[in-house]
Order: sequence, then structure tokens, then C-alpha cells
Amino acid sequence: MRRLPRSLRPLAAFVACATALPVWATDLSVKAQIPTLNVAEYHRPYVAIWVEREDQSIATHLSVWYQTDAKKEDGAQWLKDLRQWWRRGGREQTLPIDGVTGATRPVGEHTLQFSGTGKQLRGLANGKYHLVVEAVREVGGRELLRVPFDWPATRKQQLTAQGKTELGAIMLDLAP
Amino acid sequence: MNRLIRLATLSLACVPLLAHAHKAWLLPSSTVSTVDQWITVDAAVSNDLFYFNHVPLRIDALQIVDPKGSQVKPENVATGKYRTTFDLHLTQNGTYRLANINSGVFANYEENGAPKRWRGTAENFAAEVPANAQNLRISESVGRVEAFVTAGKPTTDALKPTNVGLELVPVTHPNDLYAGEAAKFGLLLDGKPATNLDVTILPGGSRYRDQPQEIKVKTDAAGQFSVTWPAPGMYWLETKWQDDKTSVKQATQRRVSYVATFEVLPQ
Repeated sequence: MRRLPRSLRPLAAFVACATALPVWATDLSVKAQIPTLNVAEYHRPYVAIWVEREDQSIATHLSVWYQTDAKKEDGAQWLKDLRQWWRRGGREQTLPIDGVTGATRPVGEHTLQFSGTGKQLRGLANGKYHLVVEAVREVGGRELLRVPFDWPATRKQQLTAQGKTELGAIMLDLAP
Repeated sequence: MNRLIRLATLSLACVPLLAHAHKAWLLPSSTVSTVDQWITVDAAVSNDLFYFNHVPLRIDALQIVDPKGSQVKPENVATGKYRTTFDLHLTQNGTYRLANINSGVFANYEENGAPKRWRGTAENFAAEVPANAQNLRISESVGRVEAFVTAGKPTTDALKPTNVGLELVPVTHPNDLYAGEAAKFGLLLDGKPATNLDVTILPGGSRYRDQPQEIKVKTDAAGQFSVTWPAPGMYWLETKWQDDKTSVKQATQRRVSYVATFEVLPQ
């Protein structure tokens, strides 16, 4: 290989150095609890989890659970009942959203992990955000919880919110 | 005396035409939907909102504009004692405008001493009202009764004004309304900003409270007004105007009105 001209050598060295640097990014994990409800007719809730900017616009969709069974009635028609998610950007999406939408989940604790370098978080600008979890249930109610956080995190953090009706404990773990 | 009685009879005869006490409305089963869903719409005239307890709204002049700006037809149209109903299949993504357009010419006159009343269009006026009509008084009306429905993301192609009569132009989209938030709209009169116009807004559910809870606003110099929705629910909006811009040359007065139903969602 020919030697680079002298004038380009510092640039080449810089590029080599930059790519070798470890990528500094915060990993984000969400634990969302779907509570056991003592009701006669139970349907699993539709849930949307996203990162909201200070102006309430959606910075990134993290996870959306709805009735995806092709043998049943089209489940997408009730996504509008996730009212806040729908108005802020759900209605502009083409379904399914790769890596975001999936089937509804049963009662219990669900952990979702997102790498700081992954598709959903790598474009997230530094700033103040809310994690938003919205749940709505057929013949049931609706609940929305917000957990404020700064991005990127400078230290390990666990932030929580507690639901009262359709959601249980929500835990946001940030790991720089 | 005879003449006085005749005048009195004539003015009584005018009452049903001129009275604006009753409210016309279109009430969609939902306004925020997704593509390929159906909505059903009640169309009625009543004093109370939104209860069908007076007469059905005749929808002969219903125009439904789809998100691409084309006309679509209502389905399963039925008229009952108190309401007309129809269905609409939302085959496209975007916003639909439903407008019942009431335009007409009204004539009051005497023929051989007997008071007569006529209602029709500007085109058939000359053929149907006798040339020897006495004490002929003619007025015109242009009115729109509207509602908006969106499948998916709200769009505005269906909301393009026709520049006839009073029309609403969105600043805030009419299917993007939330309690506690301000919405801003413009009103056009024959395509030009309708300034200094009184607008009345009434929430539905009037049967279950004592006061009408009317909201009164006025359009500004740009023909715009804004309203902060106090609570979620269905709202009825009305504004009226009167001028002499008639299309029948003998007509002296034109009455213009605009009515729309809005759904306001909770936060």
C-alpha cells in the first residue's frame, strides 16, 4: 500500500483513533407491570411505551402491544384508544412498526431492553424527556404514566412510577 | 283592517321559514378512526343537543368529500320520525368532510288576494312563481351543516373551501381537539375572511344540566377565532350572516349560516 501524502497523515490518524474509541451511550430498560384485575371479563390491555420530548412530541417509539392475531378481528382499529400515543404520532405510523409493535402481553412484569446504540435510541439528542406508558383495556379503563429523565444519563439510575388502575409499577433503568 | 289581518297572516306564514330556533346537526358515531372502518351518522333538527326529538334533517343536499377531494356517497340512508341516519365507509386514510348544504330561494307573495309561499332554487324561480305575483318578497339562503371524520392522520384536502357562503378553514384541525387546549379556526364568507362575526358554541348533553353553557366568540380582523374547550364531548358551533349578495335579482336579502359538530377528546 502506498503511503498517504504527508498532508493527509494527521487526518487518517484521527479517523483511526475515533473509530477505535468505545461508543459512549446509555442503555435503557423498562419494566412494566400489568396488574391482575378482579373483573368478570378480562382482555389484555393495549400498551404503548415511548419517549416523549418536552413539547410532548414523540422522540422514539419503544413498544406497542395490540391484538395482532390475523384470525381475529383487525386489532389495529382500536389503537386510537391509546389516545395520547395516537394523537402524538401513532396515527402517522404504518403498521406493523418493525421492532416496536407486537402482540398484547399477559398479567405480570415485562422487561424491555434498548441499547443506546440500537435503532430506537441512537438518534436521541441530549435533553430532557419523559418515558410514557399508556395502557387501555377493552371493557376496562385507561391509564397513562410519565417518568421524567435526562438523556444521556451520567450515572446509573432507577426511576419509577406507580399505576393505580390499568398499570402497576413502572421502572426505568438507565445505565451509561 | 282587512289588509292588516292579511299582513298578520302573511307574517305568521313566514315564521317557519325564518325561524332559526331549532338546531340542525350531523352527529358522527366517531370522528377519530382508522382506514377501512365505518361510521354511522345521525342527522336531525332539534332544540336540545344532541337529542333527536323534533324532526329529521333532510339530507338531499349532503356532500361527502373524501381525503382526496372526491365526492363519495352515504350508504344505508334511512329517515325516521326524528332522525335521518346514514353510514360512511372510510376507505381512505385522511379526513372526510360531511356537509349538508341548504341553499334555496324563498318567496312570499299574494296571488288574487291569497297569501302564497314558495321555496325552490334560483333556476326554477321564474318558471314557478307567477309573473303577476303581488307584494313579492324574496330572500335567499346559503347554509352548511358540517361534521368531520378522520381515518388515521388528519389531512386538509377535503377542507378546501368552495368560496360560497360561510365556510370553516382549519388552523387547528377539526379532528384534533382536546379538552383544556385552545383550537383556532378561520371563517370565510364567499372565500374572504369573515371578520367581526359572532360565533356560538354549545356543548352536547344539554338534557343533563340546567344551563346551556354557551360559549360566545367573535372572529378577529383576520376572520379567525379561538376557543378553549372546557371539557371533552361533542360541541355544536353556529354562525350566521345576512347581506344583499343575492343570485336572484329580485331578491333583497341573503341569509348565510354555518353549523358544525366537533368532537373534543379528553387529554
